[in-house]
Amino acid sequence: MALIHDLAFQGAQMLLVLLLSPLLTGFVRKVKARLLRRQGPPLLQPYRDLIRLMRKDVVLADNASWLFRVIPYLVFAATWVAASLVPTFRSGLLFSWTADLIAIIALIGSARFFLALAGIDAGTSFGGIGTSREVMIASLAEPAMLMIVFTLALIAGSTQLSTMAAFMNSPEVGLRVSLGLALIALIIVAIAENARVPVDNPATHLELTMVHEAMVLEYSGRHLALIELSVMLKLLLYMSLIACLFAPWGIAAATATPAFVAVGVGAYAAKLAAGGFLLAVFETSIAKMRVFRVPEFLGAALMLALLATLLRFVSGSF
Amino acid sequence: MVVYALFGVLALVALAPVAIALNASARATALVYSASLMITLIVGTAALLALTGYDGAGSAVTLPLGLPWLGAHFRIDALSAFFLAVINLGGAAASLFALGYGRHEEFPGRVLPFYPVYLGAMNLVLLADDAFSFLVSWEFMSLSSWALVIAHHRVRENLRAGYVYLLMAGFGTLALLLAFGLLAGAQGNYAFDAIRAAHPSTGLAALVLILVLIGAGSKAGLVPLHAWLPLAHPAAPSHISALMSGVMTKVAVYAFVRITFDLLGPPDWWWSLVVLAVGGISAVMGVLYALMQRDVKRVLAYSTIENIGIIFAALGLALAFKAYAMHFAAALALTAALLHVFNHALFKNLLFCGAGAVLSATGERDLEKLGGLIHRMPQTAFVFLIGCTAISALPPLNGFVSEWLIFQAILLSPQLPSWGLKLMVPAVGALLALSAALAGACFVRAFGIGFLGRPRSDEARGAQETDTHSLAAMYALAALCLIAGILPGLFIDTLAPVAQMLTQGRMPVQTGVEWLSIVPIAESRSSYNGLLVFVFMTASGMIAAFAIHRLASDRIRRSIAWGCGYPDPGPLTQYTADSLAQPIRRVFGTLVFSAHESGEMPPPGSTAPARLTVKMRDPVWDTLYAPVADFITYASERLNVLQFLTIRRYLTLVFMALVLLLLVLAIWP
Repeated sequence: MALIHDLAFQGAQMLLVLLLSPLLTGFVRKVKARLLRRQGPPLLQPYRDLIRLMRKDVVLADNASWLFRVIPYLVFAATWVAASLVPTFRSGLLFSWTADLIAIIALIGSARFFLALAGIDAGTSFGGIGTSREVMIASLAEPAMLMIVFTLALIAGSTQLSTMAAFMNSPEVGLRVSLGLALIALIIVAIAENARVPVDNPATHLELTMVHEAMVLEYSGRHLALIELSVMLKLLLYMSLIACLFAPWGIAAATATPAFVAVGVGAYAAKLAAGGFLLAVFETSIAKMRVFRVPEFLGAALMLALLATLLRFVSGSF
Repeated sequence: MVVYALFGVLALVALAPVAIALNASARATALVYSASLMITLIVGTAALLALTGYDGAGSAVTLPLGLPWLGAHFRIDALSAFFLAVINLGGAAASLFALGYGRHEEFPGRVLPFYPVYLGAMNLVLLADDAFSFLVSWEFMSLSSWALVIAHHRVRENLRAGYVYLLMAGFGTLALLLAFGLLAGAQGNYAFDAIRAAHPSTGLAALVLILVLIGAGSKAGLVPLHAWLPLAHPAAPSHISALMSGVMTKVAVYAFVRITFDLLGPPDWWWSLVVLAVGGISAVMGVLYALMQRDVKRVLAYSTIENIGIIFAALGLALAFKAYAMHFAAALALTAALLHVFNHALFKNLLFCGAGAVLSATGERDLEKLGGLIHRMPQTAFVFLIGCTAISALPPLNGFVSEWLIFQAILLSPQLPSWGLKLMVPAVGALLALSAALAGACFVRAFGIGFLGRPRSDEARGAQETDTHSLAAMYALAALCLIAGILPGLFIDTLAPVAQMLTQGRMPVQTGVEWLSIVPIAESRSSYNGLLVFVFMTASGMIAAFAIHRLASDRIRRSIAWGCGYPDPGPLTQYTADSLAQPIRRVFGTLVFSAHESGEMPPPGSTAPARLTVKMRDPVWDTLYAPVADFITYASERLNVLQFLTIRRYLTLVFMALVLLLLVLAIWP
C-alpha cells in the first residue's frame, strides 16, 4: 500500500513538472512583456506552441544523420528524469535515491553533450558557433555547479536531495557565509545553464548572437517541440532546485497528511511565481553580455563556489 | 594459479619465434592475434576468478632464475589479480580488433613478433614478486613497446617519438631501480616479502616516494613527465596505441600502488599532498592539451593523461585517508581509483580502436580532414559515441560512476585533520570538476568534427564501414561500458579484496542493496542507481517518441540546411576542430599555453583572404625539457674534445681516475 502511495506521488511529480514547465515559461514571458509595457502572449501560449510544433512535419537538413533524430528524445528523457528527481512540493520521492544531486547535474550534462553534438551534425557554421560557445560556457558552469554541490553537501552532510532539503528546513542551518556565496554562485550558474540574459538571449533572432538557439537552429516540428519542452523543464528544474535548497519552507514530508501536501503544493506554486517574477525583472533590467564577458561572469561563480567550499573545509562553522 | 599465468606468459613469448618463422604471411597475422586473444582471455578470466574467490593469501612460486641468491619470485594477490584481469581484458579486445585491423598492416613482420612479447611482459610485471624480476619485466615491456612504436620507422615523426620514448623509459626505469635499491637496504633483500617487512625511515620513504612518482609516473604520463606519451602512443599501430594508452599506463598505476600502498609501509600525510597536486594538475593539463590537438589519436593520448591524473588524485586521497587511519574512507577512494582504472581501460581501448577503424577507412588522423563519417561508418560511429559519452563521465555509462565515487570520497575529506590537506583537497576537487567539464567539450569536439557534419576531404567522403572483427571488439567494449555503468555494484564488490588488502577497510557490500543501487556510505547520504537511470531514460524517451508519432505527426521532409538564404556554402565553411575549441583556447589557453591570436585583414577592396595566426607554447616542454636538452647539447659539445686525445693522455686519464677512486676508498669511513 505504502509503495503504491509513494509510486503515485512519484508519478504525480513527473506529470507535474512536465505540465507545469510551459506555464512557468509563459509566466516569465508574460511578466517580461508587462514590464516592457507590452500586452504579451497569453499565459497558455507555450502549450499551444508545443502542440502546434508537434503536429508539424519535421524538415530535416540534407546531411542530418540518425543521431540528429534521436537526440531530441535523449535530451528530453535526460532532462525529464532529472527534473522528476528534484523535490517540489513533497520530499521523500520514491526514486529519489536513484540519483543524488551530483547525478542530476550530470544528467543535465548528458543532455547538453548530445545537444552540442546536434549543433554540429547538420554541417553548417551556425550550429558550430552555437556548439562552440555552449561547450565554453559549460566548461565553466559545470565545475562551478559541482563546487556549489560540494558546499551544500558538506553543510547538509549528504548529496541526497531529500536529505538536503530536510536539513535546510531544520533550525540547524542558520545563517552561513558559505550558504550565501553558494546561493549567488548558483543563481549565476542557473542563468547561464538556462541560456537567459545576460549570458544568452532566449528570444534572439540574429544568428550571430545566439548560443542555445544557434545549436538547435536546424530543428523543426516535433523535434523542436521536444527541445523547447526540455528547455522549459530545465528552467523549472533549476527553480525547484533553488527553492528546495534555499527556500525549503512548506515542502511536505514523506509522512505528511493531505492537508500538508496541499500546503506544499501552494508553497511550491508561490515559490515558482516569485522565482519567475524575479527572473523577469532581472532580465529586463540588464543587457546581454558579449560572449567573451561570459567567462568572467561564470569565473566569478566558480571562484565564489570554490571559496565557499574552502570555507567549509577550513571550519564547520562557516 | 600463478603457475598457469606464467604458462600463459610463456605461451605469449613463444608466439614471437613462431611469428618470425612464418615470416609475416597472412596466416601469421591470424595465428598470432587469435592465439593472443585466447591466451589473454584465459589468463584474464582466471585472474578474475582468483579475485572473486580471493582467500587473503594468493598463490606464489619461486623459480630458479634471475639472481642466484634470490631466484625469481612470482605471486598473485588481490591487487595483481585485479590488474591482470584489466590488462588481459584490454589485451583480448585489442587482439580481437587486430584480427581485422592487422590485415591492413603494411609491414606485419615489424609488429607481429613484438606484440605477444609486449603482452607477456606486461603480465610478467604484475606477477613479479621481487624487485629484480619486476625491473626486468618492466624493461621488457618498455623495449617491446618501443619496438612497436617505431614499427613504421620510415615516418620521421615516429622515429622522433621512439627516441623520446626510449629516453624517458630509460629515465623512468632508472628512477624505479634506485627506488628498489633504497627499499632493499644494505642487505639487498630484493624479494617483496622482505621489503614489506622492513619499514624504511621517514626520509628514505620520502625519497622512495619521489622516485616512484618519477618512475611510475613517467610511464603513466603524469604531467610534467608526460612529454613522450602523446608522441609515442599515436605513433604505434592503433591496436598497440590502445594497449599502450588503455593498458600499459595501468601497469604503471599498478607499480605505484604496489610500492606506495603495499611495500613502503604506513604513509606520511604529506605524501598525499604531492600525489593529489600532481594528479589534479595532470587531469586539467591533459584535457586542455587534448582540446588543442587536431590529430584524433593525439587527442586520445592526451585524454589518457587526464584520466591518469584523475586516478592519481583518487589514489592521493586514499593515501591521505590511510595516513590518518580512516580505513573506510581510504577503501572508498582506492575503490574509486581502481574502478576508474578499469573504466578507463575499457573506453580508451574502445576509442583507440575506433580511431584505428577511421584511420584504416580513410587514411586520415587529422580531424580537419574528416567529417560526416556517421553516414559511411554508422556502426563505428555508434560505438565511438558510446566511448565518448563514457569518457565524458555522463550517466548512465561507466565513466560517471568512478568519478561520482571520487567526488563522494572528496566529500568525506573535511574530517582530515591536517591543514595542508584541508586546502589541497577542495582545490583538487575543483580541478577534477573542471577536467570533467572540459573532457565533455573535448569529446563533443572529437566526435562532432570527426563523425558529424559533412566530409571535409575525399578520403572521408569515400570511407567504408570497417570489418566485422574490429566491430566485434568495439561492440564488446561498448557493451562492457554500459554494463559497468548500470551495474557498478558488482564491480565495486569485486574490488573489495583489493581495498581490504591495501587499506584494511572495505566498502559496504553493494550487491545486496535494493534495486541494485550503489550506496557507498549510507542511503541517507548518497546513492546512485545507474540501472534505473538507464531504464527511466529509455522509457521516457520511448514513451515520448511513441506518443508523438502516434498522436501528433511522424512525417519527415528533407531540405537544405539554413544558410541565411545564401546558396549552399560547401563543407569548408563548417566549424573546424580548431574553431570549435577557439573560445576555450581563449579562456584557458591564454593562461596555460600563452596562446596568442593575430588576425591579418586584407585592405578594403582586395579579394585576398584574411589570415588568422595562432601562436601557442607548450609550457612543460619549454620550461623543463628544452633547458635540459640544451644543457646536454652544450655539455656534450664541450666534452667532445675527449674523443680526440692521444693515447698518452688517455692513459693519464685512466691513471688519474684510478688514483681518485683509491683516494675515495681510503677516505671512506
